[in-house]
Amino acid sequence: MADAATLLVLWPVLIPIATAALTAALWRSPAAQRWVGMASLMLLLAASLALTYVVATEGVVAKQFGDWAAPFGITFVADPLSAAMIAISGVLAFAVGIFALSDIRPRHERNGFHPLFHGLMAGVNGAFLTGDIFNLYVWFEVMLITTLGLLVVQRGRAQIDGALKYAAMNLFGTILFLIAVALLYGATGTLNMADLARILPGMEMSPGLTASALLFLAAFGIKAGVFPLFFWLPASYHTAPIAIAALFAGLLTKVGVYAAFRVFTLLFEMEGGGLREIVAVVAALTMITGVFGAAIQWNVRRILSFHIISQIGYMLMGLAIATPVAIAGAVFYIVHHIIVKANLFLLAGAIRKAAGTDDLRKAGGLLKSHPWLAVLFLIPALSLAGLPPLSGFWAKFLVIDASLREEVWWLAAVALLVGALTLFSMSKIWMEAFWKKPVLVRATPRRVPVAFVAPIVLLGAVTLTIGLFADPFVEYARTATAVLVDPADYIAAVFPEEGPVQAAGTAYPGTANHSQGAVE
Amino acid sequence: MTLVYALTIAAYVGCGLYMMLSRHAVRMILGLALLTNGAIFLIFFSGGIGATTPPVIPQGAEALAADAANALPQALVLTAIVIGFALTAFAIALALKAYRSLGTLDVREMQDAERLGAPDLPLSTPVKNHG
Repeated sequence: MADAATLLVLWPVLIPIATAALTAALWRSPAAQRWVGMASLMLLLAASLALTYVVATEGVVAKQFGDWAAPFGITFVADPLSAAMIAISGVLAFAVGIFALSDIRPRHERNGFHPLFHGLMAGVNGAFLTGDIFNLYVWFEVMLITTLGLLVVQRGRAQIDGALKYAAMNLFGTILFLIAVALLYGATGTLNMADLARILPGMEMSPGLTASALLFLAAFGIKAGVFPLFFWLPASYHTAPIAIAALFAGLLTKVGVYAAFRVFTLLFEMEGGGLREIVAVVAALTMITGVFGAAIQWNVRRILSFHIISQIGYMLMGLAIATPVAIAGAVFYIVHHIIVKANLFLLAGAIRKAAGTDDLRKAGGLLKSHPWLAVLFLIPALSLAGLPPLSGFWAKFLVIDASLREEVWWLAAVALLVGALTLFSMSKIWMEAFWKKPVLVRATPRRVPVAFVAPIVLLGAVTLTIGLFADPFVEYARTATAVLVDPADYIAAVFPEEGPVQAAGTAYPGTANHSQGAVE
Repeated sequence: MTLVYALTIAAYVGCGLYMMLSRHAVRMILGLALLTNGAIFLIFFSGGIGATTPPVIPQGAEALAADAANALPQALVLTAIVIGFALTAFAIALALKAYRSLGTLDVREMQDAERLGAPDLPLSTPVKNHG
């Protein structure tokens, strides 16, 4: 039963948890924490890529904890979407880990940077892999508490202010999530996602289920930073140290998007009840408000924070259209965006180092002093705006093409307009930081450390690879979508025996026939 | 009985939401704690309250008695209580730290994050040389 393939599902969570514990035990020695951390990130990357390889060759892999057959135990499932998210977050964690070697100061390390970083990775990977809706809530909370810790490692006034605002909105979001889970459990009597995917299609949409679906949408919306619920994001992200902000920008909102895709393909239908229309309007407003919010900013980190929001809109667009083509486009978009967005934040760190400031009005002249940095900036910046032949072009092309096929003209028009405005923001950074004559001329240019440049090159190379050899990635996104649209493979991996495990004698009064092992 | 439970949960959630709307950080945290408790009650209620027989398989029997209580919501509630407790404790610590370093608990007066890199920030050096 416990062969190598199913055990692989556990490594992306076990490695970071073990590292978090180990680095916490090595509290007094930041140097040792750094070494343990880097070794663990390499292991995590290897494990993530191995899992993706196995999933790509053998299909959906599931692991039942303690061999409690589903739906009684906790299940971990790696379908192509989860595996892609795991692989991409492994790459990102590795790149950010290198960047942090130089960016994270000893006093941040003494405040617990390493244990919190690995704890966050455990939470993110757990959320991607779990096949149990209550367990997903637990991983969200793991992510939340480690995120809050990372926000305040710098302990400045702005950090504490930002963390308080982040905490208020996100704690509220997880409570909505919990209420949604409670209503879902009350209606169905099970929490296993594969089991829910079997039961829910046969059920009438009762008021409880509708409320549950809308609460899920709101909870994931807060996490993902969509239109009326995103205010915590620009209030907090720019206060964190760059390495941490890059990690947040790459992963956190995308976990919300991932959860929304999981729940609204596997459990609930997008059709009917006005859900599609709500998500479409929310997606459009998210794109527009994000990009206009960025337009008035002069601080690189604040510009990029607003662009996270605007890009989330494109992913939601895929969910709103909900055809297989659109979902495949959105899956491709998420993978591309995680790399590009985190890379831009790392570049913001490099610009800050090279120019000595975050403020574009005070920066300038980097094209002359750091020409290679200018080239490295152009790769993710133009990719974010969606210029060919970079990865962002294919991502935007796929979702906009899908909306045109469904004849949702207005959404496609909004997406194209926002793409143009994104280009405006990126060229603003380019003109102000790189092209314009420097405000203050320095005799010797500031050096950018190798630990900054290496991850930027790595992530830039990934962006170029996705852009120039888009075909296998698009093909993979289609495979992932096939499992999302038709969850038969997902269900078969969780329930290997034909049909449900009907334990007739264990039926509890008041609920359906399904129950589950203890969750803690 | 169902109505009593529903009204209790509604009261908890209503009070929690009202408190969350406050501008005072401590009231906000109290609101969060109330909301968490409302959610916990809801889980309990979703599991079906009524049966009181312990969910233990009697000796010699193969399966649970038909009127056994549902054990799962208790496991869920326990998890939710632990998580809620930890996050509330963290939020209180954060509010205390905010009061000590920002000197206020009124969220309207907490402007430090907004001021960091704000677009309307007056520049110390004049901006020239555009182009």
